[in-house]
Amino acid sequence: MQIISEVREPLVTGGRTHHDVTNDIAGRVEEKPAPLWMAAMAFSLFLLASGGYFLGDMLWNGIGRWGLNKTIQWAWDITNFVWWVGIGHAGTLISAVLLLFRQKWRTAINRAAEAMTIFAVICAAVWPIVHMGRPWLGAYWVLPLPNTFGSLWVNFNSPLLWDVFAISTYFSVSLVFWFIGLVPDFATIRDRAVGKWGRLIYGALSLGWTGGAKSWMHYEAVSLILAGLSTPLVLSVHTIVSFDFATSVIPGWHTTIFPPYFVAGAIFSGFAMVLTLMLVTRKVYKLEHYITLEHIEMMNIIVMVTGSIVGIAYITEFFIAWYSQVPYEQFCFINRMTGDYWWAYWAMMTCNVISPQVFWIKWARTTIWFTFMLSIVVNIGMWFERFVIIVTSLHHDYLPSAWGYFSPTAWDVMCYIFTFGLFFTLFFMFAKYFPVVNMAEVKSVLKSSNDKVYKARVTIKDPHNVI
Amino acid sequence: MAATQSNQELDKHFLVGIFDDEDVLLHGVEKVRKKGVTIHEVFTPYPIHGLEHALGYKASWLPKAAFMFGATGTTLALVMQIGMLGISWPMIIGGKPFVAFPDFIPVSFEMTVLFSAFGMVGSFLVSQDLKPYKVPRIFDRRSTDHKHVMAIDLVKNGSKSQADIEAVLKEAGAEEVYPKSFTEEENNPSFFKYVSNLFRNGVGTTSRPLK
Repeated sequence: MQIISEVREPLVTGGRTHHDVTNDIAGRVEEKPAPLWMAAMAFSLFLLASGGYFLGDMLWNGIGRWGLNKTIQWAWDITNFVWWVGIGHAGTLISAVLLLFRQKWRTAINRAAEAMTIFAVICAAVWPIVHMGRPWLGAYWVLPLPNTFGSLWVNFNSPLLWDVFAISTYFSVSLVFWFIGLVPDFATIRDRAVGKWGRLIYGALSLGWTGGAKSWMHYEAVSLILAGLSTPLVLSVHTIVSFDFATSVIPGWHTTIFPPYFVAGAIFSGFAMVLTLMLVTRKVYKLEHYITLEHIEMMNIIVMVTGSIVGIAYITEFFIAWYSQVPYEQFCFINRMTGDYWWAYWAMMTCNVISPQVFWIKWARTTIWFTFMLSIVVNIGMWFERFVIIVTSLHHDYLPSAWGYFSPTAWDVMCYIFTFGLFFTLFFMFAKYFPVVNMAEVKSVLKSSNDKVYKARVTIKDPHNVI
Repeated sequence: MAATQSNQELDKHFLVGIFDDEDVLLHGVEKVRKKGVTIHEVFTPYPIHGLEHALGYKASWLPKAAFMFGATGTTLALVMQIGMLGISWPMIIGGKPFVAFPDFIPVSFEMTVLFSAFGMVGSFLVSQDLKPYKVPRIFDRRSTDHKHVMAIDLVKNGSKSQADIEAVLKEAGAEEVYPKSFTEEENNPSFFKYVSNLFRNGVGTTSRPLK
């Protein structure tokens, strides 16, 4: 008996050949910067410089410049930290988890998503460092080094120290994963380079790669094991970030649901950011043949599923607060919904729980402008989620006499702007000078997944007799 | 004169076959090996599954290296944490024992991953001789673009004539066959020569680039 399966949608359209892939992707690196790119770069450098001025001023004068007070000692700083770390997660997820699950549709978007991870983690790392107030000392104190206070070591019982290990491991392993993936593509650009500097820089970056079968064999083993290592790593990082809260005794923070809920939230916001960036990159670099509607729909489905998981987590938290019969816990959650920060809570619920449900409709998840708008809505919602968790749990604590309210200052806002400037400057540099699509991986799926093959299979109604 | 002669002896002479299609290449490798021709290496723009089997390579040893490096990371992490908090400066924190093993799991896990990843990637780069200042031996620039390149070392196949090997390659499906030599100086330039080449031409690009 012959089984005829449904044929999957093509991953690369437009009848692109292997040589076309090189021309389309490497060509972008070789051409002169476009005026649009120059304008975008100038704007992000302006954000970086103006935010950097406020950040420098804050470091000089102390974190009293922020709107923190005796009740709310963590506000935008840790909100931004958790938000940026969460955004970073989609890159590793696309690269590693989808590689392990043999999802070929990842090949068009993994490079840019990995780059986004690196840059988002750099932006995240800014916050725990600067919130120490004196980072030149703080950065040293968190390392397990003998110090001048006798043999007093760092506290390995503290989730804040686990964070140091988790974030630094995550950053360095992601960087290595990303760079190893880039090496064969750098070799392609090296072999096409016309200018001296191009040959010099891409020659050094390609590490002398020639694409020998033995090198590819080891390379594939390295990629697969790095994916296998990164998969639990990505889950561990946001789990450990959630421990910063979950292992405390603050009502609204010490919840056992935090680790999976934070991971789902991270994937949710990460995929939204991938969509925001990829939709723009796709349009500007004319990559419609590589990042097809199929890709966008797949990502939207993940946004919808993780958004639903996050929604269930919100409801579960409420249920457990009631079920636990702890008055402080119950007050905390009622206060979130109806207290001073009701607007933040309802912004979070609207953006994260209600809006992604629109993706049940096929039109919504296959319409570019709508997806773009919703991806931004999700990112705003996820920032509010972290803000709600951190600030609403702190501002009304056990003693009403200590209750307070947090209002951001210009320094809070501008330091956040600084990380946006940093992120976009790095991303634009990447998009211009590095291949934004993994050429080698796209070429490896081209023969089985381009639309020529698809049409041939559909025409003869028998996928087994072709190729 | 004597030095020139010895350099010429060290020069490498190859026959290069260009293939367009990965399936033709895979069968081509089998055919060439069956004819008793030793293949120096096959260069492809993307990984082709099954090519390593066709060429008779043993499976990669890097997974084993990754495991060993990972185990080293776990051991070091545990020794560090138990040594620092359990022995060097025992301190009661939150009523926990000095060696609060569950608390040591996150750091141990992260160090396992860190050591495994860096150890394995380092082993990969060293074993494949990948480094920023390497002069790669490029048989055909199209091998990083869209063509598959099979290189046959003429010295190692000394018993067969160049014409015979060319015929075997053509029969195996090569659409283009040509000889290629690398001089000893190109492969192992002196430091000064390397630096001057670098700034004149870039890394490993001594011939005209493709458009």
